[in-house]
Amino acid sequence: MTTEATARTVPYKEKKPFDYDPYLRQGKLPHIWCAGCGHGIVLKSLLRAIDALGWKNDDISMVSGIGCSSRTPGYVDFNTMHTLHGRAFAFATGVKFANPKLNVIVTTGDGDALAIGGNHFIHAARRNMDMTILVYNNYIYGMTSGQGSPTMPEGAVSTTSRFGSIEPPFDTCELAKTAGATFVARGTAFHAQELEKTLYEALKHKGTSVVDILDSCPTYYGRFNKHKNVSEMMKSIEKDGTISVAQAAKLPPEKTEGKIVRGILHRAERLEYCDGYQNLLDRVQNK
Amino acid sequence: MGEAAKKQWRIEIDARRCKGCNICASFCPTDTLELKGITMDVKDIDSCIGCQLCDIRCPDFAIQVFPL
Ligand SMILES: Cc1ncc(C[n+]2csc(CCOP(=O)(O)OP(=O)(O)O)c2C)c(N)n1
Ligand code: SF4
Ligand code: SF4
Repeated sequence: MTTEATARTVPYKEKKPFDYDPYLRQGKLPHIWCAGCGHGIVLKSLLRAIDALGWKNDDISMVSGIGCSSRTPGYVDFNTMHTLHGRAFAFATGVKFANPKLNVIVTTGDGDALAIGGNHFIHAARRNMDMTILVYNNYIYGMTSGQGSPTMPEGAVSTTSRFGSIEPPFDTCELAKTAGATFVARGTAFHAQELEKTLYEALKHKGTSVVDILDSCPTYYGRFNKHKNVSEMMKSIEKDGTISVAQAAKLPPEKTEGKIVRGILHRAERLEYCDGYQNLLDRVQNK
Repeated sequence: MGEAAKKQWRIEIDARRCKGCNICASFCPTDTLELKGITMDVKDIDSCIGCQLCDIRCPDFAIQVFPL
């Protein structure tokens, strides 16, 4: 299955560059994200994955809450909704329930999904409704100038932890898995081609897919935590701070300690919510 | 190492979109790009190997690499 995506995407070399234009609202560019913000890299990986799947713009609904990451739907020519802080999952649930044929994608931030939206996040995962959730995880509330989010590592500096955070962070993937999501993965903006393949699998999966994506907020997290520039930040957090599932499997545990694991971390088959509802209708209406 | 065999590339940078974050230049495997003022510029087009990594990591839809 992975090979399908690989076959199209890897040999960019001999080809023309990827054409993003058919998926974008041209009049909205340049986007509002700061110089070096990882959100644009994530969006591009997502568009390439959608292209590999051959999905039509009108068959996609992208829903978001509030935050810099939640600005994503504004730039794409899909059926889009920019909703309330933390409530994207509730709106997305309504969209999917009203029209199960739509491919529903939620773009959210670590703050939007796991702080104010934590309740909606776990219940979306529990229901296993067919939707793909991209958590743009930059450890911080970018839009409101750098308050710490529930994923911020211990010791990290933010507007709300000037001397270093004393809170243990959430692991987005563990949380999603425990709550019942049937596809759970992690990627980074730095590993953009790998992310594209992970997103391809996540989009194709029937049920709730959650992809935790480490990306950089150089403007707040970077400056507060003394990263020289965004490239150095991407190198230390996303490149050197992570390890793929395949690499991790080959190494002894002491070599992988402290590294965040990328790749597909959990996959399960379970009745999807709209199918479950259809079963209920069949049972109640026919007998 | 026949020179004639080397594939040629053309790099297009949209100055209205580039925000000068420098990600493309820092991760280019052949040091082809360089910041000029506040936007990206091509330092040495002959060194480009067309890997497209600059485009793939550009957050701003600002750089594209075409085969000649
Ligand atoms: C109900 C409500 N509470 C608070 C806010 C203020 N607010 C806007 S964005 C945001 C945090 C967004 O952080 P995150 O989801 O991590 O996205 P990022 O900006 O980092 O991409 C907050 C607290 C709001 N808009 N609405
Ligand atoms: S504040 Fe941070 S998250 Fe928001 S656009 Fe700027 S770099 Fe990105
Ligand atoms: S295509 Fe590759 S070699 Fe050429 S400028 Fe971009 S990153 Fe550098």
